[in-house]
Amino acid sequence: MSSRDGVTRPLPAFLVIPALIGTFFFLVPLIGLVARAPWGNLFTLLKSDIVVESLRLSLVSSTAASLLALLIGVPTAFVLARASFPGRSIVRGIVLLPLVLPPVVGGAALLFGLGRNGILGGPINSLTGLTLPFSIWGVIVAATFVATPFLIITVEGALRSADQRYEGAAATLGASRWTTFRRITLPAIGPSLIAGMVLTWARAFGEFGATVTFAGNLQGRTQTMPLAVFVALEQNRDAAITISLIMVGVSLAVLISLKDRWWRSV
Amino acid sequence: MRRLSTAILMAMGLFLAGCSSSGNGDRLVLVVSAASSLSDAFTEIEAAFEAANPDIDVQLNLGGSSALREQILAGAPADVFAPADLVPMDLLVAERLIDGDPATFATNSLAIALPPGNPGAVTGLDDFANPELLIGLCSEEVPCGGFARQILSNAGVAASIDTNEPDVRSLVSKIELGELDAGIVYATDVASARGELEGIDIPAEFNVTVLYPIAVLADSLHPAEAEVFVEFVLSDEGRKALEQAGFGAP
Repeated sequence: MSSRDGVTRPLPAFLVIPALIGTFFFLVPLIGLVARAPWGNLFTLLKSDIVVESLRLSLVSSTAASLLALLIGVPTAFVLARASFPGRSIVRGIVLLPLVLPPVVGGAALLFGLGRNGILGGPINSLTGLTLPFSIWGVIVAATFVATPFLIITVEGALRSADQRYEGAAATLGASRWTTFRRITLPAIGPSLIAGMVLTWARAFGEFGATVTFAGNLQGRTQTMPLAVFVALEQNRDAAITISLIMVGVSLAVLISLKDRWWRSV
Repeated sequence: MRRLSTAILMAMGLFLAGCSSSGNGDRLVLVVSAASSLSDAFTEIEAAFEAANPDIDVQLNLGGSSALREQILAGAPADVFAPADLVPMDLLVAERLIDGDPATFATNSLAIALPPGNPGAVTGLDDFANPELLIGLCSEEVPCGGFARQILSNAGVAASIDTNEPDVRSLVSKIELGELDAGIVYATDVASARGELEGIDIPAEFNVTVLYPIAVLADSLHPAEAEVFVEFVLSDEGRKALEQAGFGAP
């Protein structure tokens, strides 16, 4: 964005050199992965059961998790950004905790809370017979748990930096709350909402620790791509690398599509 | 530019200083890569060994045997290797990564593990075919998963599996929490669970005997001290700790 202010001076070496080292640091593992790829029989591997089934499961569960995140994350972001109530920082801390918590801790906590014998999962199980762990619902719940904070933090940031006077003006002019939301607020936070959804989806797509802890690992039922990589790495390395390449390709495409939307809120 | 390079050098110096004094004083560090099923026994052995050899700091690297084997193949530093099965050890012997001959120091068998109270009313291996029950095994890639499948095939049971856990500890904790109705784990896991697990013995005709080998790695930085540790594991004191954890003598 240097053209925006019309001045393009070369950046000093004390920034450029560490930046190059940093980029190289992130690039080396990728090169390592690509170098080990079984290019010869990649096509056969792409059609193997473990790859096809884990890809399908990952796509379904991360998309479902993103939709759930939209349903619960956006209202939460609104409450955090627009409502003023005691303990708001505590609420924000609780809903953003999965951002920094080790996913395996999240998975264990999910078991204690929503497992078959969990404090909420127990009653649900005895009333409805529904068991979340070891089912695709468990995979979706784990992915939603770790990924939704990405949407909340992005949308809350956008709402805070959006100019609320436009909403006020719309209301003064007789717009209903729904119209104001649809015509004023939504366009204002639109780019951030999309960016947040993309990040949420990508995080859910790459989720491993909470999933394996909460939902277990069964090919075709709960084995997403990261889990398949983990169990295949030792015995079926070519399949593991093939799955890793798919994950890198998809995630990279998603992140590149973001461009600089994440921090450019309005 | 000069000021920058000074800063980088200083940062590197601080980093290196931080590495060399990571809190173990002048003690020599011995990395022991051991199967997760050895966690309890080796934690005890570590304490006893360090009490007898105050100048050596044993660091246990516990994990799935095949994951540990992969770490070593990939060049991760380790001095002693003790997997739960001969296969990972033989692989490293074939790769000339083992110094001398591995010694068998313990035996183990497998058992059916159930949550306290046995909510699934499991009575034996036959129940593993019941699709109504939540059944867990170790993943096929780790030894406990291979043994479990061998036992089920010995007993002619087509199991209805709900999860293949990446290692035996995660399988044990899911059974302890009552999230699974039954699983096949090491007899030592049931022995060390102290009431948090119920166990059913697997008939000897179907069960397998697992041999635990131990050896010093060829790339060990402290082969002499590593040998002392191996001898300690094989000694009466090591034997006692292993027996307490439910292991058999070779």
